[in-house]
Amino acid sequence: MNQRGSPGDVRMVVPSLAPCMESNNWGAEMAHKKTGLVSLEEGGFAIFLVLLAFACIIVAGKTFDQVMAFHAGIGALFAAVSVFLIFKNFFDDGGQPIPAEIDGKPNYNLGPIKFGAIAAMFWGLAGFTVGLVIALQLAWPALNFDLPWTNFGRLRPLHTSAVIFAFGGNVLLATSMYVVQRTCRVRMPGKILPWFVMLGYNAFIVIAGTGYLLGATQGKEYAEPEWYADLWLTIVWVFYLFLFLGTLWKRKEPHIYVANWFYLAFIVTIAMLHVTNNLTIPVSIYSTKSYIVWSGVQDAMVQWWYGHNAVGFFLTAGFLAIMYYFIPKQADRPVYSYRLSIVHFWALIFIYIWAGPHHLHYTALPQWASTLGATFSIILWMPSWGGMINGLMTLSGAWDKLRTDPVLRMMVVSVAFYGMSTFEGPLMSLRSVNSLSHYTDWTIGHVHSGALGWVGYISFGAIYCLVPWLWNKKGLYSLKLVNWHFWLSTLGIVLYITAMWVSGIMQGLMWRAYDSLGFLEYSFVETVEAMHPFYIIRALGGALFVVGALIMAYNLWMTVRHGEAEEADTTPAGSLAPAE
Amino acid sequence: MNETYSAFAGFAQTWGLIYFMIMFGIVLAYALWPKNRKKFDDAAQIPFRED
Repeated sequence: MNQRGSPGDVRMVVPSLAPCMESNNWGAEMAHKKTGLVSLEEGGFAIFLVLLAFACIIVAGKTFDQVMAFHAGIGALFAAVSVFLIFKNFFDDGGQPIPAEIDGKPNYNLGPIKFGAIAAMFWGLAGFTVGLVIALQLAWPALNFDLPWTNFGRLRPLHTSAVIFAFGGNVLLATSMYVVQRTCRVRMPGKILPWFVMLGYNAFIVIAGTGYLLGATQGKEYAEPEWYADLWLTIVWVFYLFLFLGTLWKRKEPHIYVANWFYLAFIVTIAMLHVTNNLTIPVSIYSTKSYIVWSGVQDAMVQWWYGHNAVGFFLTAGFLAIMYYFIPKQADRPVYSYRLSIVHFWALIFIYIWAGPHHLHYTALPQWASTLGATFSIILWMPSWGGMINGLMTLSGAWDKLRTDPVLRMMVVSVAFYGMSTFEGPLMSLRSVNSLSHYTDWTIGHVHSGALGWVGYISFGAIYCLVPWLWNKKGLYSLKLVNWHFWLSTLGIVLYITAMWVSGIMQGLMWRAYDSLGFLEYSFVETVEAMHPFYIIRALGGALFVVGALIMAYNLWMTVRHGEAEEADTTPAGSLAPAE
Repeated sequence: MNETYSAFAGFAQTWGLIYFMIMFGIVLAYALWPKNRKKFDDAAQIPFRED
């Protein structure tokens, strides 16, 4: 018989614990803690994830599709680890509910937000780097390495999804959870729910990104993830909507601050767009391949209705919410005109949704539809510039802060880029301009003035604000490094955009050049050759942007690790006086 | 086919226009209504209410 397991050992231990139990009731408390039952939320998520893990294992076992087997394996692993974490957390805190308030102050839930901020920085660096790689591939095609996984065609969606959905998405999740709690002055509901949203979204990113590299794609721009990833995102997104609405529902502040309106429009519209554009029927549940229910030009129209509103509601409305909270906070003055922000919001969401058809000029789409899209794009000038003016004029009377505060400068330049790209966009949506610009690098330049300038800079500004707030630091580790980040990446963006303007317009003009006999003047490869120098300049601009982001990551790391802690001003004076 | 188009276009150019104008009017009235001024000035301060 095993000596170690003999009852004698237990008897030895129990008496030693007894005095402790009697003196401070520790044992009784323990016993009380352990009797708590799992909450409906914990149990519900655990059952759902267990079922999901089993479903994934079955799919992984029965499929002949290697990508599906891999993804189902990842799904089973993530689900199983999540169940473990739910129960680990339950036994650690004994199933005690987390107080919504401490000393009459809201006990904000910052954990998932911290995760989101770190994830945003991580995916940002990954996405920017892949962008640089594909820019270099366009200049030097040998860098494709003749391998399927490193081919431009697979890396390009990896880049776009990584920067838009992984970087931008985590920024939006993190800032929205922060802003909605602070402006409602209430803790967001749920213990598991916020983590489910944050981790579930990042699991979607992993599935989508690895899928592209392995060749699983729907082939729809910005909607490449296959049916099972889409389904998972839908589930996560519905919970995100519940989380956001739940926080609004519990709010202590009677008025819903304008930033929350923009976040809500972003969440609701993305749900609608995502579901409509991904109504696919899988070949079988064991296959990664699926087919969309829309056909032909209807599919094209739904795709660009989705595609342009991903710009309008993901990359614009969501980040405008960031503008309306973080610029006033950093400038320490309220938004220039709250009334204008209301007109801005309703005008923007009513008009943006119609602009999609301008992506389909000179196609099978009826001309009236593309004219309608262009018309609404022109009307968009008004809300876009109204919003830009509102953001910029918030600085009115405090412009000197731009000299001393590089974080604020970054956000203000971001709004300036927003104004610039929303001026350029409607122009390019006109049929006559589009006939020159479409399918050329001009489009790429336009997208990047919005993506690097507007979305990138407002996100950097928000993360620079958030990290010291979340980790309770007095400020950033180094403002000098923020300055370096700002100037390096600004130079990078300028190089990028100007190179693409020149190369794009040149490309467009070369395509439409005819000789006196009516033959095309240039072959396609001649246009590619002419663009080569600009591809190198663009890659240089991208490299500067990546270097800036690396400086940022270092600065944030040092802020978290070595930043000076914010003094807790709530502590009564004298209570912490050192004993002599 | 042409009939569908003209019906659509006719509807959009009249009722669509009126609908958008009315919605815009409602938003403007709500935003600029003198009585709402205090509420909105107060709302602009929400980010600064520390706790």
